[in-house]
Amino acid sequence: MKPPPFAYHDPSTLEEAISLLSTLPNARPLAGGQSMMPMLNMRFAQPDHLVDLNRIAGLDGVTVEPDGALTIGAMARQRVLEQHPEVARRCPLMVEALAQVGHRQTRNRGTIGGSLCHLDPAAELPLVAAAMEAVVRVAGPNGQRDIAFADFAQGYMTPEMEPEELLVAVRIPAQPAGAGHCFLEYARRHGDFAIASVAVMLVPDAVGRIAEARVALGGVGAVPLRLPEAEAALRGAPDVSRAVAATKTLEPMEDALVPAWYRRHLAGVLLGRALVIAQSRMGRA
Amino acid sequence: MSDVLHRVRMTVNARAATIAVEARRTLAEALREDLGLTGTHLGCEHGVCGACTVLMDGAPVRACLVLAVQAEGAAIRTVEGLAAPDGTLHPLQQAFADHHALQCGYCTPGFLMLAMAMLEENPAMEEAEMVERLSSNLCRCTGYAGILAAVRSVMRR
Amino acid sequence: MSVIGRSVPRLEDPPLLRGEGAFAADISFPRQLHMRVVRAEMAHARLLAVDVSAALALPGVVAVWTGEDVATIPPIPFRATKLKGLEPYCQPILARGRVRYVGEPVAVVFAENAALAEDAADLVVADLEELPALLDAAAPPRDFDATHATEPAILRKSYGDVEAGFAAAHAVLDLDLSIGRHSGVPLETRGAIARYDAASDTLELHGTAKKQHWNRDEIARLLGRSPTSVHLFEGHVGGGFGVRGELYPEDLLVCLAALRLRRPVKWIEDRREHLVATNHSRQQRHRLRAAVDAEGRLIAIDNVFFHDQGAYVRTHGARVADMSAGLLLGPYAVPAYRATGHFRLTNKTPAATYRAPGRYEGTFVRERLMDAIAARLGLDRVEVRRRNFVPVSAMPFTRPLDALGTDVVLDSGDYALLLDKALARFGWEARQADIARRRAAGESVGLGLGFFVEKSGLGPSDGVRMSVDPTGVVELVTGAASVGQGVETALAQIAADALGVDYRCVRVVRGQTNRIEFGSGAHASRVTVMSGSATHLAGLALRDLALGTAATLLQAPKESLTIVDGMVCRADGPALPIGEVARALAAGTKLSRERAVPGLTTEGWFHSDHMTYPYGVHLAQVALDRMTGAVAVEHYLVAYDVGRAVNPKLVEGQIIGGFAQGLGGALFEEFRYDERGQPLSTTLADYLMPTIAEMPPLDVLVTEDAPSPLNPLGVKGAGEGGTNAVGAAIASAIDDALGNKGLVTRLPVTPREVLRLLGEIEA
Ligand code: FES
Ligand code: FES
Repeated sequence: MKPPPFAYHDPSTLEEAISLLSTLPNARPLAGGQSMMPMLNMRFAQPDHLVDLNRIAGLDGVTVEPDGALTIGAMARQRVLEQHPEVARRCPLMVEALAQVGHRQTRNRGTIGGSLCHLDPAAELPLVAAAMEAVVRVAGPNGQRDIAFADFAQGYMTPEMEPEELLVAVRIPAQPAGAGHCFLEYARRHGDFAIASVAVMLVPDAVGRIAEARVALGGVGAVPLRLPEAEAALRGAPDVSRAVAATKTLEPMEDALVPAWYRRHLAGVLLGRALVIAQSRMGRA
Repeated sequence: MSDVLHRVRMTVNARAATIAVEARRTLAEALREDLGLTGTHLGCEHGVCGACTVLMDGAPVRACLVLAVQAEGAAIRTVEGLAAPDGTLHPLQQAFADHHALQCGYCTPGFLMLAMAMLEENPAMEEAEMVERLSSNLCRCTGYAGILAAVRSVMRR
Repeated sequence: MSVIGRSVPRLEDPPLLRGEGAFAADISFPRQLHMRVVRAEMAHARLLAVDVSAALALPGVVAVWTGEDVATIPPIPFRATKLKGLEPYCQPILARGRVRYVGEPVAVVFAENAALAEDAADLVVADLEELPALLDAAAPPRDFDATHATEPAILRKSYGDVEAGFAAAHAVLDLDLSIGRHSGVPLETRGAIARYDAASDTLELHGTAKKQHWNRDEIARLLGRSPTSVHLFEGHVGGGFGVRGELYPEDLLVCLAALRLRRPVKWIEDRREHLVATNHSRQQRHRLRAAVDAEGRLIAIDNVFFHDQGAYVRTHGARVADMSAGLLLGPYAVPAYRATGHFRLTNKTPAATYRAPGRYEGTFVRERLMDAIAARLGLDRVEVRRRNFVPVSAMPFTRPLDALGTDVVLDSGDYALLLDKALARFGWEARQADIARRRAAGESVGLGLGFFVEKSGLGPSDGVRMSVDPTGVVELVTGAASVGQGVETALAQIAADALGVDYRCVRVVRGQTNRIEFGSGAHASRVTVMSGSATHLAGLALRDLALGTAATLLQAPKESLTIVDGMVCRADGPALPIGEVARALAAGTKLSRERAVPGLTTEGWFHSDHMTYPYGVHLAQVALDRMTGAVAVEHYLVAYDVGRAVNPKLVEGQIIGGFAQGLGGALFEEFRYDERGQPLSTTLADYLMPTIAEMPPLDVLVTEDAPSPLNPLGVKGAGEGGTNAVGAAIASAIDDALGNKGLVTRLPVTPREVLRLLGEIEA
């Protein structure tokens, strides 16, 4: 289980990295390595060139925008975000999710950008991005562009970007005032990839009714899914059982290890539990 | 292209070390094969077992998931650096012996480095957090009771 | 005070704590080559051709072999078994003509480094023509090859009149029970490093474990050498659990390569290989019928089972099936019994022993039966067991059965006493009341138990050599091996106790075939019993020799001397370090010439025709999450009578570690395959071993109420009791939580299975 041979590049600027990726054949970027390295060791990934992003300065910042949104550099380590006061203040959903991303040891290396680009359907951070309606910033030879996460995350483990493009940052709108959130997942062992997961955000109006609900589910589709029927059922006078029943229409992937019905069932269970918690955390706008 | 050797300078257990490695060499292999520090073990090489845990700039990482070339300039600590120069065991190592925290000893270096980081970060850690942190490594022999007892014993009450 | 029975610190720990261990991958020799195995990617296929040209062309590759290149080497043999006709099913060291499981070695590459060897292995192309895969051992057998079927043997054991028993039955129970495929999966994968020393014409194999002497003899035989020209060495072993140290194709391949290529050859298994290439275990399906009387007493048991051996018969032959048949009855007296074991091959990784082999399976089956009897007759589950126990008054108790080639004679045991102690310690009554309250409040909670009899100390013989050097250090050379359990410490304690020295002065040499001619290794919880007894006898003999010699030196009658802490003492004061006694016996000294043999040295041998039978009970409390199906083990007790504990802390460590493995098999671990026989559990993210977060609150009660009459120490082996009944007890508790309807019939019990069963009750 040794990685295949590859040429290693460690550019110090973003421009350099993009030019390497756009000129070298079969080149892959390397972020925190917590998914890429196992794939290399097991030779599931066989790049001819590996472009290491770890020495590029300025890609790991956390900044607060004038509108209160967070802009997080793609190379920000998961462990840093987990402890970051601004993340805790503006996106507690992410902090709750991060505690369940692998183990502390892997979070010490793992990055937010790496996780979003790996786009494992059961991973926590893509689910947070879906629930928070994040916008990712992608840089390529022709400059930068912003993509709504929902558009970015369209294909199974394949984000909508070109091989020579790099994710440089993710913008996460601040959690609205008084919003109640909850992130829950179910895995066989602590630290494993979830069989199913759910991220919920309930945004209240001035009198404490649910003005907007966001429900995102992981592990039950090729990519993180939003569940509009459930969201609609929760607005105004919330009908929790109708929201939970909406999971019955899900068509999770069937694999030999986990049958689809079990993922679907868990999604409903987790959603029901998460809504109770999120409601209890909700205040007023 | 695989023939290209990269020079990597790092400090390992407070000593400067320079090696020349293929890009594909993992940090764990470099420690074992290029520096002869075979105390860092490999149990899976895909990031699940934690047997390869070392401290990289103070933080525990899985050395099978870091390339040696990425350790350029880093300070690495391994199990070989725990005991005093005269051979006296570190209190954590002694606690592992006292509490029967090892049988075959294969997982032990990884657990020692993990526990070392826990101790340095928060020497008054609550039991629940200890369990949470220790759950990142696997032991197939002990059932973990001795490991937890050992770590608990070195934490400040 | 004797050092036996004390939890002294382990002698093994210091190098392991410092990172100075010598595990297989830590061993390297100058100029070594690295071997990489190319493995079959189909479960069953005709192997039409293997193209190695691209691999050979890669710079740094020294050789690539296929089955044709090793055609003269016989297949991997098996150890003694009474069954006839297993030979055609042995595994060739490289496949020829057909591949029979994903992971079967098809070719090997030898290259200058490990990564390069892997590069080259990726270039080897095997031309396979897929055949249908046979994956269910309970399905009708098919063809293994042109002349053999996939059922090499049917094991039959029986006594008493089974049919009459069923005819007279008050009730007949009919159960269909399955145990999932799982295995030892030590944290260290296998490794083998061979070196040929032409100067002395000696072949060395490093990285070995468990069965060095047998493996040495077989390697020598298969390679056409004399056993004295082959040496096996054991360094540190990162866990054994039954799977490590058996003779595998890779061991032969590195030896052959070292001889042919005249360079040291190193092979380190990677984890993915390990999960498809190292022995699996446990997979068995039982169709059990039992006849009982109106009081719930067993009258007869008919045990028909299907053993899923995987693709080939390996070194154990049919041992696991043999023990599943011969040891099923555990602690119960059963007037008539019949076992019919279908020993069958499938297109999966070959299987063999794993900690408590045949007993983990058998205990699950038997204890499910006891619960079923209780449910059927409306009796208390504990009471049904009590009524069927072999009573103390019947000990030693002979069953008209054999297992592992020896008659089953339960040597000693007070089963009812241990059950009482365990129930009290666990708080069974109080917990039952609490459970009733919680159920009334809507929770799904339950209690379960599994009683079992283990076996240990497999004979027939074991010997050690013990010597004292002039510095007073005692060297104990044993043919036993260590897989990390603390063998050195336990043997040192026994030696020190018999001789009268500090146990820290004892150096234990194990697993080196060039240091002792005979050895039986470490398996079947035999080391403490067999090697321990031999050590005890050697220690006594050495003490006698030391005292006799010192009598001359100290000019006092031998009977008046004692040895305390390494000093031979005269009652009135003068004393002599034991090293001085050794010096007085050095070659050429007057005393040594009088004795004809120099040295303060002796051999000790222990022989035994029967095994010892430790016993225990596991008690579990579980709660089911009705929504996710998750099983939370809320409390657990292992009570185990080991006859006598040499080092209680080590015994407890064995039990707790063994429990964790049993828990894995009960709830988490399973090697799964898709319908074409592709393995699905090929990483440690898919093969779920418990972490510390999965460990429940665990209590351990070690008792010494029934010392074995079969050995001078009274010891019984402690290695497997923590594992034995975990599947049984947890299944029993889950079933209790589901209303004791006998719904739990299969291990591991997964959350979705629990959900399904919950659904069944609700429906
Ligand atoms: S060897 Fe690195 S995590 Fe297992
Ligand atoms: S002591 Fe053997 S794996 Fe932990």
